[in-house]
Amino acid sequence: MSKILDDLRYADSHEWVKLEGDIATIGITDYAQHALGNIVYVDMPEVGDEVTQGEDFGAVESVKAASDLISPVSGEVVEINEALEDEPELVNQDAFANWIMKVKVSDPSEIESLLDAAAYAKICEE
Amino acid sequence: MPHTDEDIRKMLDKIGVETIDDLYSDVPSEVIFKGEYDIPSSMSEIELRKHFEDLGKKNQSLVIFAGGGVYDHYAPSVVNHLLQRSEFYTAYTPYQPEISQGTLQYIFEYQSMISELTGLESTNASMYDGATAAAEVMFMMVASSKKRNKVLISSTISERVLNVVMTYAKFHGVDVTVLPEKDGVTDIESMEAALKEGDVAGVLLPTPNKYGIIEDYSGVAEKIHGAKGYFGIYADPSTLAVLRTPAEWGADVACGDGQTLGMPLTFGGPYLGFISCAKSMLRKMPGRVVGVTKDADGKRAFVLTLQAREQHIRREKATSNICSNQSLMALYATIYLSLLGKKGLEEVNILSCDGAHYLYKLLMDSGKFTAVFDKPFLKEFVVNTSLDMEAVNAKLLKHGIQGGIILEDGKVEFAVTEKRTKEEIEKLVKLMVEE
Amino acid sequence: MKTYDKLIFELSRPGRKGYSLPEDNYNTNGFDSIPKDLLRKDEASLPEVGELEVVRHYTNLSNKNFGVDTGFYPLGSCTMKYNPKINEELSSLPSFTTLHPLQDESTVQGALELYWNLQNMLSNLAGLAEFTLNPYAGAHGELTGLMVMRQYHISRGDHKRKKVIVPDTAHGTNPASAMVAGLEVVEVKSKPNGSIDVEDLKPLLDDTVAGIMMTNPNTVGMFETEILEIADLVHRAGGLLYYDGANLNPLLGKVRPGDMGFDIMHINLHKTFSTPHGGGGPGSGPVGVASHLVNFLPNPKVVKNEDGTFSITNGEESLGNISTFMGNFGVMMKAYAYILTLGKENIKKVGPLATLNANYIKESLKDDYLLPIEGVCKHEFVFDGLKDKSTGVTTLNIAKRLLDYGFHAPTIYFPLLFHESMMIEPTETESKETLDDFIEVMHKVAKEAKENPDDVKNAPLTTIVRKLDETTAAKNPILSYKALKEAVK
Repeated sequence: MSKILDDLRYADSHEWVKLEGDIATIGITDYAQHALGNIVYVDMPEVGDEVTQGEDFGAVESVKAASDLISPVSGEVVEINEALEDEPELVNQDAFANWIMKVKVSDPSEIESLLDAAAYAKICEE
Repeated sequence: MPHTDEDIRKMLDKIGVETIDDLYSDVPSEVIFKGEYDIPSSMSEIELRKHFEDLGKKNQSLVIFAGGGVYDHYAPSVVNHLLQRSEFYTAYTPYQPEISQGTLQYIFEYQSMISELTGLESTNASMYDGATAAAEVMFMMVASSKKRNKVLISSTISERVLNVVMTYAKFHGVDVTVLPEKDGVTDIESMEAALKEGDVAGVLLPTPNKYGIIEDYSGVAEKIHGAKGYFGIYADPSTLAVLRTPAEWGADVACGDGQTLGMPLTFGGPYLGFISCAKSMLRKMPGRVVGVTKDADGKRAFVLTLQAREQHIRREKATSNICSNQSLMALYATIYLSLLGKKGLEEVNILSCDGAHYLYKLLMDSGKFTAVFDKPFLKEFVVNTSLDMEAVNAKLLKHGIQGGIILEDGKVEFAVTEKRTKEEIEKLVKLMVEE
Repeated sequence: MKTYDKLIFELSRPGRKGYSLPEDNYNTNGFDSIPKDLLRKDEASLPEVGELEVVRHYTNLSNKNFGVDTGFYPLGSCTMKYNPKINEELSSLPSFTTLHPLQDESTVQGALELYWNLQNMLSNLAGLAEFTLNPYAGAHGELTGLMVMRQYHISRGDHKRKKVIVPDTAHGTNPASAMVAGLEVVEVKSKPNGSIDVEDLKPLLDDTVAGIMMTNPNTVGMFETEILEIADLVHRAGGLLYYDGANLNPLLGKVRPGDMGFDIMHINLHKTFSTPHGGGGPGSGPVGVASHLVNFLPNPKVVKNEDGTFSITNGEESLGNISTFMGNFGVMMKAYAYILTLGKENIKKVGPLATLNANYIKESLKDDYLLPIEGVCKHEFVFDGLKDKSTGVTTLNIAKRLLDYGFHAPTIYFPLLFHESMMIEPTETESKETLDDFIEVMHKVAKEAKENPDDVKNAPLTTIVRKLDETTAAKNPILSYKALKEAVK
């Protein structure tokens, strides 16, 4: 059983979001890291890139699989987790502590369209 | 097909059907082919050999002074002998590394050698040919730049390479601008102007170029990088033993055709295409890549790596659809480069270059040829002539010589490799200029 | 010599050489006249080794490889048939290998005749109008074929047709090729038996459809029995049918793709026509088309003149060039020799015997291995791992254990339809004795999985190297000797 944190919002493509003010911190869920296996590379956007809700912003690769990262919100990338460049395995160790990017959101109401922990848990069970 | 009648009967019994045709009972009968094929009856080895020899007699092996991206270089006898080891050529892609260390190791050695030549740190396991490698480099530039979709290519790159790149660009939807040339080299001012317009993912320039000229790319990398573009060089890998390398010019990526590494001409293929790149583009490089690792006992071993970029995993999200490589030709290049080594490949270039300059001098001295460009060249060059080259080349064929390639406006292009001799060059010139 | 573990670079000693060149007697200052700024600063660190060292090194490497000549290679979807030796010899005849691709047409008539003959034979065997032999490999053929498809629609002014339908079970190259060709991929679902769900297909067939890519038999080795209905539906919607020739072998001599309604196809000469795989290439991926698409094939083309000679031409409506010259000619020579050796009589046995071999293995092993799709297969079939799921032994474990027994592994974890896919394709060139040996070993491994599961899980135990750490290799890629030296430091 993978871990799901109650105070976060989720996309059905297995990203989590934590909104603080107008800054959204985004990562992949414990379920997603588990499904991928040993992560060997995280393809991250650059600071300053615009991301759009529902569109790719990067990818996570394991040895024999790759998964696109879908942005759960729209806005401008203000920070990326540079630690993942050298140590992508951090995502396997703790997917919630090791976020991927921070976005200054252009429309905070977008978050309402995302799943809450209970709804996401249901998706993972299916 | 080794099946005896008895084998077939036993096998059908096991399957539980009466006849082999029953294995096709699920196929609609209207699509079963009931006619006779329009191909010859089975040939014995003796007949087959005769047939090939008869076809071969309709070809003519010539003393070659044509280049155009394909050069008549020499490979030591050892290369072909080793290539005939069927453990190499009857193997599949090394997906089971435990029983494919031979293939994996030579690809690793190949990557290492091509990287030595280009100066760029990462090389893939090879592409189909130089032209398709150039097309893939165009895609790499677009993918690496993320949002840009324009690529600039010099018109001094081989026309045959450009044709293929344009086909790929047309279908995929990349906006290619062909940069004009000035005095036989890329017009760098027009490149700068195009860079200023923006949206340029990268620029691809050749060395040596289609006229054999070694272009001077001093300051070019700074201009391209200043506009946040990627700099690619299309290179003849053999010449990189002596010429300034793509890395030394400041390029991010290099590609080209490996034929020049001693590969037999074989009417256009198989050869190989290579791609080398800097770390910044590695994740967008297409094709197979071999890396070093350890096995369960801690022993050094080789394995296909970075596979998550490839089509069998990424499907429509991959940068390229390439699945195979020209593995056996990569082995060819590896053995060739092992034998020639550091000094040999330099000597090949110097010998070819001196031969080409000797021919150039004889042509100028003959009074029938004049200079077109006053630019440094290695093994290939272009001259003007007042001679009817169609007639001259037809005459040369009768003497077993393939003359230069006829270009537009009375220009003709000659190539000389280490295989040509002083006597052959003198004979060529004598036959061309005599009345 | 299985312990040999040197890289060629590690044999290098300054001053050693493995070549000889003629003396430079030109007395020109040609090379010296090149400005120093245009020359490289440091020498390339290529190895310096002698001829004997090179011969021993690569001979030793060859001993670390497994090829069709080493043993049975039941790799599904790859058609690892025997590569007749005469083909290798004929393809290295100097009267062909010395031909420069730009030398005068009058001096390459034999090569052009071979190209012409082979393209006609393939057209006849496939039931199509014309082939180009220019594509270098299967994936390159797919790309070329899809370009033909688009060029056809564009030539009719029909620019909105950019959707290509691909089954969810397709080879990964299908969607990737469509992407490169600038087409959008739409997946059509498969039924539980792996064949296309016609009901799922119907709503996809609107006026934006360029065509559909299929392989028949499909990737689980079953014949698509509704192919005629599918062809009719796609054609009526204005789309074209593309045949992925990866699975052509069981149909060779029995069913022609053109007769099933396909408009475009590629053939992998390195599969169906027995040219060696070369450790991953060079292959050859000729593309054939029905008569209404002939003009769109890539340039250049070979034509036969009225006087019986051959010429190289460029067509005006062609999609353009997809190769520097005319493809992997050396590979075509081998396929041509293969067809002539079989002749019109024996070529009819290829598909049927390949199908016989596959069904024989399937029926012999289905007690131990889980057969998810019952019925007669074609040239290959898929097991979904062991029947007994209690052992914890996976398809990967079984594949690795087979290496210990001297067999190549089947294709594993493809198609994606099943969790433990194991795809077995024996080809027609294997004898019953070889198949029986394989069957016996597969039974033995199934027994081991019950009795000594650890032996199977830790396999391979006897190969030159054992299980590899692929994670570290991908995380910190070391791709050259130079990088390796730096990493060791």
